Amino acid sequence: MKIEAQDVHVYYGLDHTLKGVSLSVKKNTVTALIGPSGCGKSTFLRCMNRMNDLIDNCQVKGNILIDGVDINSPSVNTNELRKAVGMVFQKPNPFPKSIFENVAYGLRVNGVSNKEYINDKVEWSLKQAALWDEVKDKLKKSALALSGGQQQRLCIARALAVEPSILLMDEPASALDPISTSKIEELIYNLKASYTIMIVTHNMQQASRTSDKTAFFYMGELVEYDDTRTLFTNPKKERTQNYITGRFG
Amino acid sequence: MAKKLGKRMRQKQVRKNKWYEFQDKSYKFIALAATGVGILVLCVLLYDVFADGFGRIDLEFFLNSSSRKAKNAGIYAALGGTVWIMALTTLIAFPIGIGAGIYLEEYNTKSRMSNILEINISNLAGIPSIIYGLLGLEIFSRTLMLGDTAITGALTLSLLILPIIIVSTREALKTVPYNLREASLALGATKWQTIWYQILPASIPGIVTGAILAISRAIGETAPLIVIGAATYITSVPTWPNESFTVLPIQIFYWIGKPQHDFQVNAAAAIIILLGITFIMNGAAVYLRYRWQKKIKW
Repeated sequence: MKIEAQDVHVYYGLDHTLKGVSLSVKKNTVTALIGPSGCGKSTFLRCMNRMNDLIDNCQVKGNILIDGVDINSPSVNTNELRKAVGMVFQKPNPFPKSIFENVAYGLRVNGVSNKEYINDKVEWSLKQAALWDEVKDKLKKSALALSGGQQQRLCIARALAVEPSILLMDEPASALDPISTSKIEELIYNLKASYTIMIVTHNMQQASRTSDKTAFFYMGELVEYDDTRTLFTNPKKERTQNYITGRFG
Repeated sequence: MAKKLGKRMRQKQVRKNKWYEFQDKSYKFIALAATGVGILVLCVLLYDVFADGFGRIDLEFFLNSSSRKAKNAGIYAALGGTVWIMALTTLIAFPIGIGAGIYLEEYNTKSRMSNILEINISNLAGIPSIIYGLLGLEIFSRTLMLGDTAITGALTLSLLILPIIIVSTREALKTVPYNLREASLALGATKWQTIWYQILPASIPGIVTGAILAISRAIGETAPLIVIGAATYITSVPTWPNESFTVLPIQIFYWIGKPQHDFQVNAAAAIIILLGITFIMNGAAVYLRYRWQKKIKW
């Protein structure tokens, strides 16, 4: 198992946002987290690279093992963890720098200074994110001049450059048009070969198209977790059935 | 369908609308008049100063220092002192103020203590400058035995403008979107790397603008420097910070207090120079903001 979450609880101040979620993820699979807004799926995703640490009054309890190591133990360095567990956010958030520098940033903050290596890595990452052909002639241009879909793929390339083994995606296509969305989905499918991917989405079709396993969250609890095909065609819980057919949520 | 208004009601409505229209127009004139008063006063002031002092400004005026004869007096020592104070205050207040601003905005966690701290820093910005002068006199001049020297003056003025720099630095940092911090941290960058490579470059226009405006306020201050005992009659520019000094506002204050008309002409001329420096600095702040903001678009 690549990721094993055991009885994870998250509190924001007095709010009990995540109530004992246990879930295991196999290597090189795509896991979709679905559920209505505020159900805790994004919170769960942000536990994987400890982004919740940044929130002042947030408390995480329970064990999350990645490759067998408990990431919440005090000996784990969050910077190292976040290099191994990349993240792509809902809104494309490129740095206000050039396209090249956006991708190179993760390498630079890791102390890489070899120019040739950085050049190669930037090219490789942009190719992985299926963006290279569109930007190879304007690497020095500002990343903010790209379209929303290109910006999001740039953010994916940026995350890939530091060679993570896990990629977390928090509604990566929700701010994009259908064409950009399909490009991102195709990308997710291709990246599966080398990465373990967890994706939060509000789009049922997207979940069913892209993922191997789907987890349905509701009110801070994991209601159902199964193979995507089974969950969408033959859900065991009525609540899941209602949600995926659009009866609530 | 709404019920039709009766004839009387309709007339009343029309009258009321006319009144609103009148209100609208007249308020515009009141606002215009209010703006006009401010600009007019400034123009009269500038005209008065320029009429008195502009003819007095020549090369000699810059090269001479205090003298008992008004015609031989100049602003050499005062201008030099102002440059010294400006440089020293910048060196002291910028790093401390910007550092404190970064700490409060990026590192400090929300708590009751931090709230009290924040409110007090904002309050400090509103304390009369002469109080800072008394503080400087007691701490730097007497306790630390620095005397009435340029370094005492610079330290005192640094205290005075620290709250302004801290507040403006925090405001500048607040304009940087939170998702930029997330993006950097999620790549495994440390907090300091995130601040240094992403947040500071994005907020530097605001920080520098605020700091320049703070310095330009500092060089116009007179009261705290009089309190710490800055010299009024001095003929040389300090060669080192531990020497006594004077600055332009004090020179102006000293000349204005003299009964002879010629000294007041000198004062007017010095005011023009001081205004010039302030305008240049404010202009630089505006220009820098304009330049940098074009580069960064969210």
